[in-house]
Amino acid sequence: MATQVEAQITGSVWKIEVSVGQEVSEGDVLVILESMKMEIPVEAPARGRVAEIRVEEGASVDEGAVLVVLE
Amino acid sequence: MRGRLFPLGAECYLPAVFRRVLVANRGEIARRVFRACRALGVESVAVFSEADADAPHVREADHAVPIGPPPARDSYLDQGALLAAVRSSGADAVHPGYGFLSENAGFAEAVSAIGATWIGPPPAAIAAMGDKATARSVMQRAGVPVTPGSDVLHDVDDAVATAARVGYPVLLKASAGGGGIGMVPCETEADVRKGFATATARATSAFGHGAVYLERLVHGARHVEVQVAADAKGEVVHLFERECSLQRRHQKVLEEAPSPAVDGTLREALGAAAVQAARAIGYANLGTLEFLLGPDGSFYFMEMNTRLQVEHPITEWTTGVDLVQLQLRLAAGEPLPFAQPELRQRGHAIEMRVYAEDPAKNFLPSPGTITRLRWPAGDDVRVDAGVEQGSKVTPFYDPLLAKLVVRGPTRDAAIACALAALSATEIEGVKTNLDVHRRILEDAAFRRGEVSISYLGELMKRPQG
Repeated sequence: MATQVEAQITGSVWKIEVSVGQEVSEGDVLVILESMKMEIPVEAPARGRVAEIRVEEGASVDEGAVLVVLE
Repeated sequence: MRGRLFPLGAECYLPAVFRRVLVANRGEIARRVFRACRALGVESVAVFSEADADAPHVREADHAVPIGPPPARDSYLDQGALLAAVRSSGADAVHPGYGFLSENAGFAEAVSAIGATWIGPPPAAIAAMGDKATARSVMQRAGVPVTPGSDVLHDVDDAVATAARVGYPVLLKASAGGGGIGMVPCETEADVRKGFATATARATSAFGHGAVYLERLVHGARHVEVQVAADAKGEVVHLFERECSLQRRHQKVLEEAPSPAVDGTLREALGAAAVQAARAIGYANLGTLEFLLGPDGSFYFMEMNTRLQVEHPITEWTTGVDLVQLQLRLAAGEPLPFAQPELRQRGHAIEMRVYAEDPAKNFLPSPGTITRLRWPAGDDVRVDAGVEQGSKVTPFYDPLLAKLVVRGPTRDAAIACALAALSATEIEGVKTNLDVHRRILEDAAFRRGEVSISYLGELMKRPQG
């Protein structure tokens, strides 16, 4: 089952910490967002494999935007 | 007539300090500097990113220059764009505000190189205090007490040996650091062995070089800072202390002056140390010495901020000195208009920083549009705001919306005034930390003045009600 991991806040993508195909565990940091000078890590809600990365570093994202798809 | 007031109120007519001042900043601090410019009969120039085209600070200045796209590195941190704005606007001086390029010695030099005056200290003083390990050793040599600790550590074994000498617990810190970034607390040798690599890596990624030093971690310490002012002739005074212990993630939340932990004797000692420190580095203009104050009254130099502080209003309201007007006058080469014995601390002032952040979501920033805004008003309330109703709070800059500053003849009166000010404040459209301030002001320990750097973190962990 695919899990869509969303941005919990409006901001920009500072760093992408994973690559497609990578196995991740619950709590692993997938993406680090930046908003108002704060780094906000986006963690994997469950273990899985990175199926898709929908954003690029530097891109602006709105709250609720899908960043990564896990399967 | 362009009559102007001395900061202390004595009337005095002098030629305008500058013709036109450019403020290389945004938000509340840009507006604050414009106010000082108006009072002194000086024209003001705003700069703005594309995200700030409709911001209040842009409308309030006499001139406004666009400097680039929303991200700070492409606008408010873009030295080339700012220098071009100085030239095109004909500004003869630059006020950097706080944050952004305010502590960038290279930018200060570049401003001077194009013939404009930097409203701040000499670049050499900025550079010396910008490197935290250098600042420590400079202050140590000047006889200012520093936290037991080290110079830059060579390697992990050096770190372990030094920690054993200094005594646990210790704090590993990035030498180029600030804002608490990259600090690693260590209770044991094993912590140091593990933490050294972490601290080095964090220092490298955040500041571009990995130099790390360590200091003893003083438990139960407060953060108390002293305002200094110095003129070009080397006269230095202090304008007493501010209590800044209430912090979250190393960001100050609520400040007050005077500090409830400082009595007359300690105040004199802190002030003398701050003046001695400023003299030792040939300081000029405004600066702030941050000290750790131990529960036993011992104090140690932490760092020096070579710029105007966010929390300067509480000093203004307890001394009667307009610090920003003073900055402009000092930068223009005027001597200090007062000597130490003429300065007094009167009454009590509290500053509450209003941040766009969501306490329910672990204080995540809360960008959005301010749909409703009402500020308190009154003789004992001052609101330094960067936003107004309808303002868009973007994710590009820090989350400070405004500073609510209150005063009273006593600390209790100031606290009562702060609670009243909060009740009269309404902000809708973005989440804010107004309730955090209410919790602080109603907390028994805070009311007794019993706080330390860890106080606010612990208060936030406590269940509400």
